[in-house]
Amino acid sequence: MAITEENPGYKWVGTRPIRPDGLDKVTGKAQFGADLTLPGMLFGKVVRSPHAHARILSIDTSAAESMLGVKAVITGSDFPDLVANGAHPMAIDVSHNAIARDKVLYEGHVVAAVAATTRELAEAAAKAVEVSYEVLPHVLTVDEAMADNAPLLHEGMITKGVDPAPDQPSNIASRIVHERGDLEQGFGEAEVVVEREFTTKPVHQGYIEPHAAVADANSDGRANIWCSSQGHFQMRADTASVLGVSQGTLKVTAAEIGGGFGGKTVIYLEPIAVRLSQRAGRPVKLVMDRDEVFRATGPTSGTRIKVKMGVSNDGKLTAAEVWMAFEAGAYAGSPVGAAGMTVIAAYDIPHFLVEGYDVVCNKPRVAAYRAPGAPMAAFAVESVLDELARSIGMDPIDLRLANAAVEGTQASYGPKFPRIGFVETLEAIKEHPNYTAELGPNQGRGVAAGFWFNAGMNSSATVHINENGTATVVTGSPDIGGSRQSMALMAAEELGIPYESIKPVVADTETVGFTDVTGGSRVTLATGAAVVDACRIVIEDLRARAAKTWDVEVDQVEWVDGQAQHVDGSQPPLSLDALAAKSGRTGGPISANASLNARGVGAAFSTQVCDVEVDPETGVTRVVRYLTAQDAGRAISPDYVEGQMQGGVVQGIGWGLNEEYVHDQNGNMENPSFLDYRMPVASDLPMIECCIVEVPNPAHPYGVRGVGEVGIVPPMAALGNAIKDATGVRLTDLPMTPIKVLEALNEQSD
Amino acid sequence: MAQVHFSAGLREFTGGVSQVQVEASNVRRLVAALDDMFPGIGERLSEGSSVAIDGEILTDAEFESVPDQAEVHFLDILQGG
Repeated sequence: MAITEENPGYKWVGTRPIRPDGLDKVTGKAQFGADLTLPGMLFGKVVRSPHAHARILSIDTSAAESMLGVKAVITGSDFPDLVANGAHPMAIDVSHNAIARDKVLYEGHVVAAVAATTRELAEAAAKAVEVSYEVLPHVLTVDEAMADNAPLLHEGMITKGVDPAPDQPSNIASRIVHERGDLEQGFGEAEVVVEREFTTKPVHQGYIEPHAAVADANSDGRANIWCSSQGHFQMRADTASVLGVSQGTLKVTAAEIGGGFGGKTVIYLEPIAVRLSQRAGRPVKLVMDRDEVFRATGPTSGTRIKVKMGVSNDGKLTAAEVWMAFEAGAYAGSPVGAAGMTVIAAYDIPHFLVEGYDVVCNKPRVAAYRAPGAPMAAFAVESVLDELARSIGMDPIDLRLANAAVEGTQASYGPKFPRIGFVETLEAIKEHPNYTAELGPNQGRGVAAGFWFNAGMNSSATVHINENGTATVVTGSPDIGGSRQSMALMAAEELGIPYESIKPVVADTETVGFTDVTGGSRVTLATGAAVVDACRIVIEDLRARAAKTWDVEVDQVEWVDGQAQHVDGSQPPLSLDALAAKSGRTGGPISANASLNARGVGAAFSTQVCDVEVDPETGVTRVVRYLTAQDAGRAISPDYVEGQMQGGVVQGIGWGLNEEYVHDQNGNMENPSFLDYRMPVASDLPMIECCIVEVPNPAHPYGVRGVGEVGIVPPMAALGNAIKDATGVRLTDLPMTPIKVLEALNEQSD
Repeated sequence: MAQVHFSAGLREFTGGVSQVQVEASNVRRLVAALDDMFPGIGERLSEGSSVAIDGEILTDAEFESVPDQAEVHFLDILQGG
């Protein structure tokens, strides 16, 4: 089901052809990060800290180095001291997160690495590295980290964003604040005020493919890297920074990627693999196992969020007060900033105060995860909105409609919204049969909405016209969400040739212009715009060549349906095939590049409704019906748009009902496997029904907004609201496990 | 003259001022003008912020034009997933 403002009459955009990467993936031919094997390649293994917080007293590598077949052993001392070099603090954090120097800050923090001729030998050598630690007290949560006299992770951390600056260090990296109006006045105008406190646990992005990297260093200082990432240019930049070399010495090739969701925008193995390869003089492969992925790669933050909101009896929100603390893990950089900007942005609220804290603790450094920060914030605010709607006896969608941001609304984070489609997503849900479907015993219905900015950033594309009139579209965006198909569809639409005649290619860092990461829901918008630009340059070239062939002025030539046509029909059309076949006579090969810093980013909104059934004896929550409506702007590839919408919802359901990092009292993770860290699988869920709303982004040639992230923002609140509807109890701590549901039910009955 | 709005987080540099009018043809000149008015804010804006001009959020926008009467907001740089 789709809602479309206009019917643009596209031939390819909006269709559902076979995906270009499908055959390779289902036949096992796709080359993922761990699949590459090079002649003479060694196997690497990383040595990780068993402690959540400890000072490294010494590292003895002699036993490992003496083992036959061990070719290299490295520690933090094999990398440049970026502190002494005066590097940017973020670069220092990236370096120290890749391999610890004087302290380890979480269980799983890398302290050394080895390379050997076999995987088994590498594992044995890693165990032979002797590390002596002075164990330090640790902090695992924002509550512990923010407590008075808490053990400090970074002795020099002075909270930013506080005026005057504190004179003592703490674990609070920064404070953010957004405010408008007069809170006292706003709450004074409310007839109902609801105040709640929420907590969420760290959850992992849960990509199927663990991190993997192969490095092959040359004796002249250059190195090739093949790795699984969301952006090989970012991998090149960060790896070069950690190694202290010029980016130009590194060539990074993007392997096929088995999921990232934000978690593969950061480096872990790449600089380690390069350094081992340099020391050994042979290629080195490093592959994480699932245990390492959980213990050492970025989950998203655990949080504590307090929300107070007021509403008048006619459903107008009068005030909101939000306090948030986000775990950053070992280094500053939680997504609390984005959480603060998104938390109430979907609504027009005259008086508000949003305050947030970025707090370090002894867990893995958090990494981006789909709409970073927004899902936890939405869980809190959208739950409170549900309470407000109940309190005044108003339909939850009507409450949201009465306060929804529209074009011209001054967003809580500052600027006015351009054309957006929030209201359309709300109406799509309200008009859908699911919203009024009859509920069974122990069932309940919950609604929630979400907002995400989307991003633009830098992209490049090259379009080559082959001799037979087919086209190769080259970009630097790793395909994690269907971008090859989207690029091919837009190129087909522009050039006027069949989708099947387009081959989309993801090129390495030396073959295509700089391109930012595949993240921020930006690729269809930004890289797509670069592809469109390159196609349009090609079309201008084709028109000029046709004009030359016909000996007419170029303005006498139009490009229509894949062929050059004379405006008065006096010449037989020249097809792309014909022009390509004779390109040598008209100026040489036909090719064009385009690079841009994308403008015109279109914000994304999603509204979702879910029905759950709660077993009153076991507390188990079963999702029985789920519908998501999302403004895609324009769905270039509806199959992939729906896939993104469904994927976001499913990850949100896991976050809401099952997933959490569990640590023991020593700060060791107790559930680092998919057996104990329970993500939902297909058999757990009903079909996630999708309603693509299309309110075109006027700033993009095809109206694209970006669809990859916002789908994960509403589910946790939708689930909590549905559980409340089914049982009468409000759960405020994620995940909403059967035990918590049962406890809440028991408290209710007491 | 562009109308520049400061988030609460930036007001530590402006002594609590929430908005000012600035004459500048592009973002770089606007930041320089702001730094003249509020010393220190230029470095803060340059090291980590996006800018929204009439509602459009831009990154690396140093040379972006600032139309007359434009509404300008500086925002934290966002990380997407």
